[in-house]
Amino acid sequence: MAIVVFLIFVVFVVGLSLYLGNKTKTASGYYAAGGQIHWGVNGIAFAGDYLSAASFLGICGLIATVGYDGFLYSIGYLAGWIVALFVVAEPLKRMGKYTFTDAIDANYNSNGIKLMAAISTLVVSVCYLIPQMVGAGTLVEPLLGIPHAWGVVMVGAIVITIVATAGMASTTYVQFMKGGLLVIFSTVLVGAVVIRGLSTQPDQDGQVPFYEYTQLTATQAGAEITVDEAGWAVLEQQEVNGGLRFVKLSRDGTESWWSVAEDAGILTLHETQSVVDKADGAWINGALASATNQLRQVGNLEKIRGESDVETGSLSLFEFLATLTDKDTVVQSWKTANFVNGDGEKVTVYYAKRVTGDKLMRPGLKFKVEGTWLERLDFLSLMLALFLGTAALPHILIRYYTVPNPASARKSTIVAIAAIGFFYVLTLFMGLGAMVNGVLNPADSNMAAPLLARSFGELLFAIISAIAFATILGTVSGLIVAASGAIAHDLFDRYLKIEMDDKQKVRAGKVSAFVIGGIAILLGILFKGVNVTFLVGLAFAVAASANLPAITMLLFWKKTTAKGIAASITVGIVASLGLIAFSPELYAIYGLNPLHAPVPLSNPGIISIPLSFITLVVVSLLTPKAEEVAVLA
Amino acid sequence: MFHEPAAPSQKDPAGPYKMRLGIWMFVFYSLFYASFVFINLLSPLSMAKIVFAGLNLATVYGFGLIVVALAEALVYDWLCRQKEAHFARMEESEDIQ
Repeated sequence: MAIVVFLIFVVFVVGLSLYLGNKTKTASGYYAAGGQIHWGVNGIAFAGDYLSAASFLGICGLIATVGYDGFLYSIGYLAGWIVALFVVAEPLKRMGKYTFTDAIDANYNSNGIKLMAAISTLVVSVCYLIPQMVGAGTLVEPLLGIPHAWGVVMVGAIVITIVATAGMASTTYVQFMKGGLLVIFSTVLVGAVVIRGLSTQPDQDGQVPFYEYTQLTATQAGAEITVDEAGWAVLEQQEVNGGLRFVKLSRDGTESWWSVAEDAGILTLHETQSVVDKADGAWINGALASATNQLRQVGNLEKIRGESDVETGSLSLFEFLATLTDKDTVVQSWKTANFVNGDGEKVTVYYAKRVTGDKLMRPGLKFKVEGTWLERLDFLSLMLALFLGTAALPHILIRYYTVPNPASARKSTIVAIAAIGFFYVLTLFMGLGAMVNGVLNPADSNMAAPLLARSFGELLFAIISAIAFATILGTVSGLIVAASGAIAHDLFDRYLKIEMDDKQKVRAGKVSAFVIGGIAILLGILFKGVNVTFLVGLAFAVAASANLPAITMLLFWKKTTAKGIAASITVGIVASLGLIAFSPELYAIYGLNPLHAPVPLSNPGIISIPLSFITLVVVSLLTPKAEEVAVLA
Repeated sequence: MFHEPAAPSQKDPAGPYKMRLGIWMFVFYSLFYASFVFINLLSPLSMAKIVFAGLNLATVYGFGLIVVALAEALVYDWLCRQKEAHFARMEESEDIQ
């Protein structure tokens, strides 16, 4: 049934695009939907654009694994709309035509701005496309039973069809529909979560029996560990980063990995889940992977307000959060450790970490706000980039050109804030619901919300998955329209001044969409498994560094010059991408030791955003406007 | 035609007022947001204090940031519409004279 509902939804979305595509014949129609979209529709479409895979899959997944720290993304993403509404919306609408480049070049007609703004649009769009494609692969894998890479290719192909047929009009209506459905069904899901309540032995309403993980006591003599219970043999010990210890045990010929905890001289071994890459394939929990031997779903409360073996029954929204915030509530949060075993095989261990409610529901599990000054700076850097990034995202900015006037731009932003704000409140309930209902895939946090929906039945799973898929389709469409506009309109037409009639311009946009879609597919396959919200956070940092200084200074500082803007965009792109490329998180993705990364920060905004602002001011002061006019003359 | 606005915009006499208002509201919200970030950095444990209906400061402040954003947006829109209506009435009376 899930597949049928899913396919109906996808066919409807593509059909709508083809229908609207027949109506799109002009450049204005392709890039800006003729500038005649109603502000209410545009506002929900804004929400559709913005509530991408990062919000729905990524934030819920992060909250499900690191608690409140994931919710910080919701707060930052929403706060960013304040910058968009109060600083950017109306002035940008007045200045712009089709693209971000048009807006910032409106008063200058500078080749430097055209080139750099187009490159910036491309870079930010591609950075934002990667997590969407990763999310697509993640989603399609369990739903249709096809490999991640094929999921990415499928999304790419559908989106290229949508964009190449209709452009901004179809993107807008797809986003409107999807944005509305996402908010409605997320509300249904949250309602179901609080009605079910909390349990220390969640069994998905009887669908999946609760699995009790075993604990063993052991004795250590020198370096040797012996399990107290007879029948267990210790085969190997491993210690990984941060002093985590694991032992490989064998019983009745089955090998398994256990985490080691020591408390007051007593050694306790906790059962984990593991994947070992052997010559004949992946071995999961001591047996070869198969249709019936997969990683078990995880995540539950060990204690509710200090008591084990409890079921609360229905709770109010406040009671749900208050119970999880209680210092005597204990959650089993699942972590991952990687190492190479004694036989030279790659081992991934998924182990439970016990976290009390008071720690779960405040910052600290992911962002070390009590850590070193560098770790605190990283947190500050992230919050800065989230706040300033929204108003600098090209696919959000181009939506201001689809409405008829500046007042409509303002009103659609307010509708967007209402819809997005409401949805972000829901993310906290969905993420925490996934964390404690025994639904998480320990290998991929991105599926938290759809898997939570599946615990309430296949129909809700199918609907939520279809909406999540449409979320990705819509966001990717918007990004590809923005990026193809940068190539066909900003680079070919405005910068290179290639002579094209209106039809050729639309065709150039569609060919560009095809090429960018292909690049997005490749990157989506390469970045498999990385949390999509983390990747979007990086896209925000690049956007805030490259575009925001140009937009704000152009609006509020009269001495801003074309060379200042072009230099600021260049520095913003190079600095943010350079800092990301050499950051600990990227080193981990390259397979290198994160501790060897030359840049200690994972979020570049705190350095690259001020650097871009300073560049704009210094270069503008060195190249006063009178001089530019003289050069142009 | 490629350099024409997607939809032509008219002169907006309320523009400077809206820009000033927007900046003030932006400054107010930025301070509210910055306080949240700095409490987390300087006094992270205070975020765990229970402040309302069993919810801690982190949760209440987080929801507060979302609710205040919407409230500010609605107030901003209302004030902008008042000013736009004021200028529209002035324009009408000038036309009549």
